[in-house]
Amino acid sequence: MNALRKHVIQPILDCWSLLVGLKITGKYFCKPLITVHYPRQVIDSENLSTYGGHVELVGMPKDPAMPKCISCMMCVTNCPSNCLKVVKSKPPATTPEQEQAWKEAEERGEKVVRPKAPKQPTKFMYDYTLCSLCGTCIDNCPVNTLRFSSNIYWVATSRKEMHIDLLARLREQAAEVSASAPKPEARPAAAQKEA
Amino acid sequence: MNEFIQNLIPLVVAVVGSMAWLAVNALVLVYCERKFAGHIQRRPGPFEVGPHGVLQTLIDGLKLMGKQLLTPDNADRFLYWLAPILSMIPVLLLFMPIPYGPVLTGMEVDLGLLLILAFSSFNGLALILAGWGSNNKWGILGAARAVAQTVAYEIPLLLTVLAIAFMTGTLNLTEITAQQAGHIGNWFIWKQPLAFIIFIVAMFGETNRAPFDLAEAESELTAGFHTEYSSMGFGLFFMAEYGYMVVICSICSVLFLGGFHGPIPGIEGWWWMLIKTYALLFLMIWARWTFPRVRFDQLLNINWKWLLPLATFNLLATALIMKL
Amino acid sequence: MSAYQNMDQMTGDFYTQKFEAAKQDGTLIINMGPQHPSTHGVLRIVIEVDGEYIVRAEPVLGYLHRMHEKMGEVQTWGGFIPNMGRVDYGHAMAWNWAYVGAVEKLMGIEVPERAQYLRVIMTELNRLTSHLLWWGAYILDLGAFTPIMYAFDDREMLLDILQRPSASRLTYSNFRVGGVQMDMDDKCIELIKAFIPHFRDRLPMYHDLVTENIILRRRIEDIGIIDQDMCRRYGCTGPVLRGAGVAYDVRRSEPYSVYDRFDFEIPTQDSACSAGRYHVRIAEMEQSLRIIEQALEQLPGAEGSHIVDKAPKPAMKPPVGEAYFAVEGARGKIGIYVASDGTKTPYRVKLRAPGFSNMNAFAEAATGTILADAVAILGSLDLIIPELDR
Repeated sequence: MNALRKHVIQPILDCWSLLVGLKITGKYFCKPLITVHYPRQVIDSENLSTYGGHVELVGMPKDPAMPKCISCMMCVTNCPSNCLKVVKSKPPATTPEQEQAWKEAEERGEKVVRPKAPKQPTKFMYDYTLCSLCGTCIDNCPVNTLRFSSNIYWVATSRKEMHIDLLARLREQAAEVSASAPKPEARPAAAQKEA
Repeated sequence: MNEFIQNLIPLVVAVVGSMAWLAVNALVLVYCERKFAGHIQRRPGPFEVGPHGVLQTLIDGLKLMGKQLLTPDNADRFLYWLAPILSMIPVLLLFMPIPYGPVLTGMEVDLGLLLILAFSSFNGLALILAGWGSNNKWGILGAARAVAQTVAYEIPLLLTVLAIAFMTGTLNLTEITAQQAGHIGNWFIWKQPLAFIIFIVAMFGETNRAPFDLAEAESELTAGFHTEYSSMGFGLFFMAEYGYMVVICSICSVLFLGGFHGPIPGIEGWWWMLIKTYALLFLMIWARWTFPRVRFDQLLNINWKWLLPLATFNLLATALIMKL
Repeated sequence: MSAYQNMDQMTGDFYTQKFEAAKQDGTLIINMGPQHPSTHGVLRIVIEVDGEYIVRAEPVLGYLHRMHEKMGEVQTWGGFIPNMGRVDYGHAMAWNWAYVGAVEKLMGIEVPERAQYLRVIMTELNRLTSHLLWWGAYILDLGAFTPIMYAFDDREMLLDILQRPSASRLTYSNFRVGGVQMDMDDKCIELIKAFIPHFRDRLPMYHDLVTENIILRRRIEDIGIIDQDMCRRYGCTGPVLRGAGVAYDVRRSEPYSVYDRFDFEIPTQDSACSAGRYHVRIAEMEQSLRIIEQALEQLPGAEGSHIVDKAPKPAMKPPVGEAYFAVEGARGKIGIYVASDGTKTPYRVKLRAPGFSNMNAFAEAATGTILADAVAILGSLDLIIPELDR
């Protein structure tokens, strides 16, 4: 009797689980879709803003086209993948006469203030092909000028395009922001047009 | 001579018709399957080509045709290319005796059922040739599985069909349909419920469909017998698979669900046949996207230890009742 | 005689030739992998089959070897952390933790309470994603296509949560020596709190659709026995060991961080078969939820105290010495040994990958089974190939 139950009755009863499975997939068949249908829909901005894309520069609050960067090279030295390249600004060119005058002044014992190089870098190159998005540069930046972009739709068709000039990107972003911001003079004109 | 031509013309029309029917069915079914699978998995499925992706399978077919036909090194070229053709051709023939409507029958054959069962076995041969000819170890394993499977599952299929034949006293599918005329109560599913269940299970086995798709089990045998096939070589196997599905579901509706007869008297027509066939096809698709694959020895155990004794019992019981 | 003599007369590479030397009559040698759908990556297994029965099996590794240990010897101490996200893409946080734990032990750094809890929460969430990935892929190996989509539905929600405090979705490298990179904001905690009941509701569906399914049960029950003795011989840990009935979990047996403050069970199964390992992982998901719940309740400290003050720079110089730190990953015991000679780069980093030991049990477990069972056994070991090769 036991053998009968084990080998005959139980397998037949177990087949019920197949119907249960069909019921579940059938139920989900009737439910709405959950995928985001990309070109027609996009993911919500809340999710997008928390996405950690490639590294980008943060502009100064007053001048968004200029980075807060002080060319301290902390990001470059700490990057495990060597994907950042920062070129410091050079001091402005001096004429021999100026040099001569400073030299004489120093000899006289006066304190000479030579023109210093601007702190902003002249170049901030970023190689996305090497970056492992660990965020070490962001952690170690003393002035918080680096952050992860939420640039989820970024595409490149060649390797060269993945070498991003972050300064140019920052200028573009700043231009975009100022273009999209409503200008006080433009508004009445647009309003008239609509009217 | 005149009589010969008179017989020939409807036959040619029927062959062309069933070719078109097969191609259309394959296109529609592949689309339906992908859409169905998509919605079960809560994604849209094909969507980009045409409105809601209806042209997707057509484009896929074109893409498949545009691909290079590759023959592997040391393959048996003749057998290798014979296999997909051999898989495809019998399907056309199988549509002939199936009555799709009161007049929509390709060729009324007295032994229609026998013809279908005989010619559908060609698929097993095609699969073994494909596996053997492609000089691939996975292919051979797939072929070995395919043969053991199709041979095994033909027997319960045959026995259930026999039970119907005992009841009706004919192997002519048109005649079998005619005997189920009238209302829904006359359908043989009520007289032969066990045979119906056995037929449904054997249907999956016979057409190599999940959960019984052992011959191509892609997670075990990469792609089984059609591992090496590219382009339309693969395309033909693919179309043949859907062709066999349509054939076997059509037979199931003829044998058990009253063919082109509606559930209430008076309304009959090819649309009933279509609805029933597609309902069964959707059941097959639904099962495929729900269940895991059975193991090979279990597959054979299901057949030899369950389906075969039950089918035999069913046949004997039918015979006994008929005699009484 | 060298195996490389008579090269032109031989077929197959070095491993196939070595394997072929012991071939019996009437058998077939097949390569499962490196490009096989169910080896999930580039694991290669040379199998000798008699019909469909496996006579011998031998895994061949090295197709994904990236020299992480050697990279550790040339990177700075902090610069090695991103590598830890890439060893095991399934449960990257545990590897992060093992490494920073070892370095912290070496340097004697006390990690702030809040950081400890954040680590616990994130690692457990990551364990859930790992188990969901395994679950879906395993059922896919066994031939059902739909469950992986349902699993990814939930997994996607977890990734959306985890990208907030880590800015990554798969290869997390947000642990730092002395804490974690970013703090968790209130919105993130809210999302986690919403996810827990949602996932609890989904578990019965998983159970009905897959676990109870008769086809699946027949496929995995009593298949691939890896008993306690075998586990000891091969050094199997994690769900493989717990599936053999040993309640060994690093979180309980050598509690690190704040794991001793949580009340959770260690699920075990005595059957030692694929089904045992399956059930252990399913039960572990529930336990992870419990741990996350308790950790969220106890989460101390103000926002911002997620890393120790004056956290060491990546180019830190730990004192001369060595340290070993083990954590419980989704696949078993992850152990990392670091040795310092007082310079900016580690002298030696040794990674103990649980998958490597678990995988080696496959050959013995699979002998005598049929080919389809080999897939079922391989899947039940939950192998992540980058972790095997490192």
